[in-house]
Amino acid sequence: MKEITRQEEIFNVLKTVDDPELPSVSVYDLGMVHDVRIDGNSVEIKMVPTFAGCPALEFIEMNVKKAVEELAWVRACQVKFTMEIQWSTDAITDKGKEELKKHGIAPPPENFRPGDEWTVNCPYCNSDYTSMENIFGPTACRSILYCMACRNPFEAMKPVVQPLNTNY
Amino acid sequence: MERGEEKMSNIIETPEQAKQDATYYQALRELLLQLADDDLLISFRGSEWLGLAPHIEEDVAYSSITQNTMGHAVMYYNLLEELGEGRADILAHDRQPDERRNGCYLEKRNGEGMYLEEPYYDWALAVVRNYFYETCKKIKLEAIANSSYQPLAHVARKVLMEHPYHLAHWKLWMKQLQSSTDEAKKRMQTRIDEAWVEFADVLELGNLATDMRKHRLVTISEEEIKDKWLDEVKTILVDLPEGPVGKKYGSGRNGEHTDDLKQALDILAEVYNSDKAAAW
Ligand SMILES: [Zn+2]
Repeated sequence: MKEITRQEEIFNVLKTVDDPELPSVSVYDLGMVHDVRIDGNSVEIKMVPTFAGCPALEFIEMNVKKAVEELAWVRACQVKFTMEIQWSTDAITDKGKEELKKHGIAPPPENFRPGDEWTVNCPYCNSDYTSMENIFGPTACRSILYCMACRNPFEAMKPVVQPLNTNY
Repeated sequence: MERGEEKMSNIIETPEQAKQDATYYQALRELLLQLADDDLLISFRGSEWLGLAPHIEEDVAYSSITQNTMGHAVMYYNLLEELGEGRADILAHDRQPDERRNGCYLEKRNGEGMYLEEPYYDWALAVVRNYFYETCKKIKLEAIANSSYQPLAHVARKVLMEHPYHLAHWKLWMKQLQSSTDEAKKRMQTRIDEAWVEFADVLELGNLATDMRKHRLVTISEEEIKDKWLDEVKTILVDLPEGPVGKKYGSGRNGEHTDDLKQALDILAEVYNSDKAAAW
């Protein structure tokens, strides 16, 4: 019973550690937390990196460690990035998607299949009258779009999912 | 054959397990160096284009692809570090040209001139090189997504999820420039013909290719990689060069390189060499 509470405590902390490039979107809501193990006063957190080339990973590792170690009962927290499972944009939580929108970043499409065209609704006015200006944006995970309805430029998370017809 | 079959079913999960068979280990080390060095060199040449791409959106796109590709190189160097081959930073910065395993075509200068002086780079070279490379990369990644070395298979699966955006980008440029003005067509064809006689070692796996296949580090042979690559580029090239793909400068897989590699490494490692002990 006590362990479950502690586990919850950790998750509550992880919900407050934001991605440095997406303030207010937590690493938990981005789907980056894979596993939390508690052994007495030690905590081990396995995380899943988003994009390989993401320069924010080292900061995230540091920030998570620091935040968890602020809990009174935690003596040491170890953060490890694992490749055992592959991050996909499907791992972003509903709360994460809402927070992205507040930032002017449209969340990735749901049930996206590789190769599909996808429409992106404007995060400001929700119109689907939008155009893709550049599939590559300021970070590897984002694209640049323009809304014809409210005349705002905005960004969108590009869908990252496992390719079809794979045998692995 | 029985021994080979037995090996087929073996899954190697840790560096310790990989070290138990010397042939396995050597082939794995060699493959990782090839993958890491290829991504490192193509992204280094990509980084030299920063601020010089034909238009602002292309600058954003190309630098994003380059940064991500550098991230892929880092993952392979990290796997080598876990195997005890030395720190990832040192592997990237501090190995001599003859220890490098990238294909020669990837080290080629972007054109005439220097980045800080007069960079008369050639966009046709950038487009052809990146398209040829990303097409090959996809085929190889699919061939290691089921690699017997689990940590490598995991990395390949991750890269395969990001890679479609890279390949689609260069494929579009290929199609557009090959159907553009006469000058564009001519310049593209010149670079395609040039690549045709230089690209072969990028498609190859070097001296230990047979061991890599035998130990199921890769699940298809070098010949199959070449055939698949040819089938794919045939769908995009308007004018297919004659003859087989060659390797004019030898095989980078065996440490044979051009002076362009030394030039690249000198610049790449300039900051690192200024203070090797610094923490960045
Ligand atoms: Zn709008």
